[in-house]
Amino acid sequence: MLKIFHLAWRNLTRYRRRSFLTGLLVALGVIAVVVFGGLSESFKSLVVGEITDSMLGHLQVHRKGYVSSIENLPLDKNIPEKAYQTLRTVLEAESAVSAYSPRIKFGGMLSNFETTTSIRLNGVEPDQEDRVVPDLRKRITAGRETGPLIEPGEILVPELLAKGLELKPDDTVVLVATNLDGSVNGITLKVAGILEGVTGPGGRDGYIHIQDASVLLRLSGAEVSEVAVRLKDFDRLDEAFTRLAAAVASLKNKEGQSMFEVHTWADLSPFANIAQLIDIMTIFVKFILIAVVLVSVLNVMIMSVYERVREIGTLAAIGTTPGKILSLFLAEGLTLGLISSVIGALAGTGLLWVLNLIGVEVTFGRNKVYTLMPSVELDQLIYICLIVVLISALASLQPAAKAARLEPVEALRHV
Amino acid sequence: MSLVELRNVGKKYYMGEVQVEALKDVSLDIGKGAFVSIIGPSGSGKTTLLNLIGCLDRPSEGSITVDGQDVGGLTRKQSAIFRGEKLGFVFQSFNLIPVLTVAENVEYPLLMVRNLPKSERRSPVARMLEAVGMTDQKDKYPDQLSGGQKQRVAVARALVTSPSLVLADEPTANLDHKTAQMVIGLMKDMRDELGTTFIFSTHDPRIVDQVETVFHLSDGILLDQ
Repeated sequence: MLKIFHLAWRNLTRYRRRSFLTGLLVALGVIAVVVFGGLSESFKSLVVGEITDSMLGHLQVHRKGYVSSIENLPLDKNIPEKAYQTLRTVLEAESAVSAYSPRIKFGGMLSNFETTTSIRLNGVEPDQEDRVVPDLRKRITAGRETGPLIEPGEILVPELLAKGLELKPDDTVVLVATNLDGSVNGITLKVAGILEGVTGPGGRDGYIHIQDASVLLRLSGAEVSEVAVRLKDFDRLDEAFTRLAAAVASLKNKEGQSMFEVHTWADLSPFANIAQLIDIMTIFVKFILIAVVLVSVLNVMIMSVYERVREIGTLAAIGTTPGKILSLFLAEGLTLGLISSVIGALAGTGLLWVLNLIGVEVTFGRNKVYTLMPSVELDQLIYICLIVVLISALASLQPAAKAARLEPVEALRHV
Repeated sequence: MSLVELRNVGKKYYMGEVQVEALKDVSLDIGKGAFVSIIGPSGSGKTTLLNLIGCLDRPSEGSITVDGQDVGGLTRKQSAIFRGEKLGFVFQSFNLIPVLTVAENVEYPLLMVRNLPKSERRSPVARMLEAVGMTDQKDKYPDQLSGGQKQRVAVARALVTSPSLVLADEPTANLDHKTAQMVIGLMKDMRDELGTTFIFSTHDPRIVDQVETVFHLSDGILLDQ
């Protein structure tokens, strides 16, 4: 067996330039897949990480029908206190859930006593919010550095509004909101910090303490608009979603209808579509790689068989069986594919490492610069190499079968 | 008992649309240890006859028995195995494997055809290289050798598996007279030493005097011995 590959290697080095060029083509294809995959995956996980870790959480639970009218932030679709308590027991019983955070979402008017503008707000419980979206703190560009995320009487103002209203930390503002009955209420708040924006809806919301929200809106008891959930393992999102959705679906109201709806971050952020598009592009690049490998290996193997017809006749004449001749040529294609894909994978990984050192910056959204940290998993590399080897074998099969089928008498006569 | 028996063997093939009768009703016997030459002008059917005896081709008519085996009905795989076990081949243009060294070329049939382990390959290879006088060239590649040297390696490759029969189609055609004499002499020595039967074709009358049995072929018909 080893001898077959040894002979295959000798035959590859016989046409050094041709094997080198073909191998180079395959290796470049692998490099393209590795580098593109690494960069796009890094970009995706950066943005997704930002969306889930500083804003949405991994999953969200709402009262049924809330998400379809989420743009209105409808107070009449809040989760009542009793239902929230039931939901809490379900969330606490679910092992995949690491933390959850209730939020009251509403729209209001923010004034600096000179100018007034509309604002969307989340009333949050600081400790719980901290656990569900730990990176929310990182978005605070000025103001609060330590201590609780937010205290009663404080507000985190989104950057763009702060700029427009010329607000800075410790300024006083007035927040006015309409409650469910249509009456208006207002409170005075101190600016605790300025909050950097994030891509997608909700990315330019302000934050206040959940008590202030409850008081401002004159809510009855501890009702909430949504519950954001953080999972222990984000990679097992789908599994956790299925379980949680099933658990929550069993919670019925008096009319026997389910009370809640569960959504993943992807259902709530349009970036999920961009992420999907990136995935499709990655698959497309892989297809191009497959085509490159198929065509170049097929080409080189057809040439190889064609040039060695008489030699194949000799091997057959001195007793090499057709099966062994087939495996000789298959081994040649396989060796070419294996060596060049491994070289490509190593070079691609090296290139990603260099890109990591240099730091690739990508602008996405309005004024956001992401520094990509591209990397590639070992199993991805193995998977890519495996594809290349498999396609190389497939491409060598036809020429190898042709070699095995040659009649020794005719092959020996071939000039 | 004869090593090779041909009974009323005929071979027809098509060159395009035209049917060519390469051999007509050939019957012959060749005994063990014989040193046989098939002589005739080109196109007389020498190569066809050797190919039939060498199980590289099948007869259209008649039967061929080699070392007790009727070789007419073997499948491709069976005939490959039979060739590997019983036969050795020497070709007009040497046909060494260019990517293998001299020693590796000689080793090839033991390795890839007989699938012998390394320990059982080493000594026959060394012995054959010694016998053909190529021991000191064993690490060279074929393109570093002269024609005579290449043919000596080819003879070693043909003999390394201790076949009962070696077939050589025009083994001296690409060699000068002196080298040709030497190669034929080498084959004869091997016959004397190992008892291997040799059948070779030639149209070179100068080397015929070295041969014991001569078959004359003309237009596919076997003439007198």
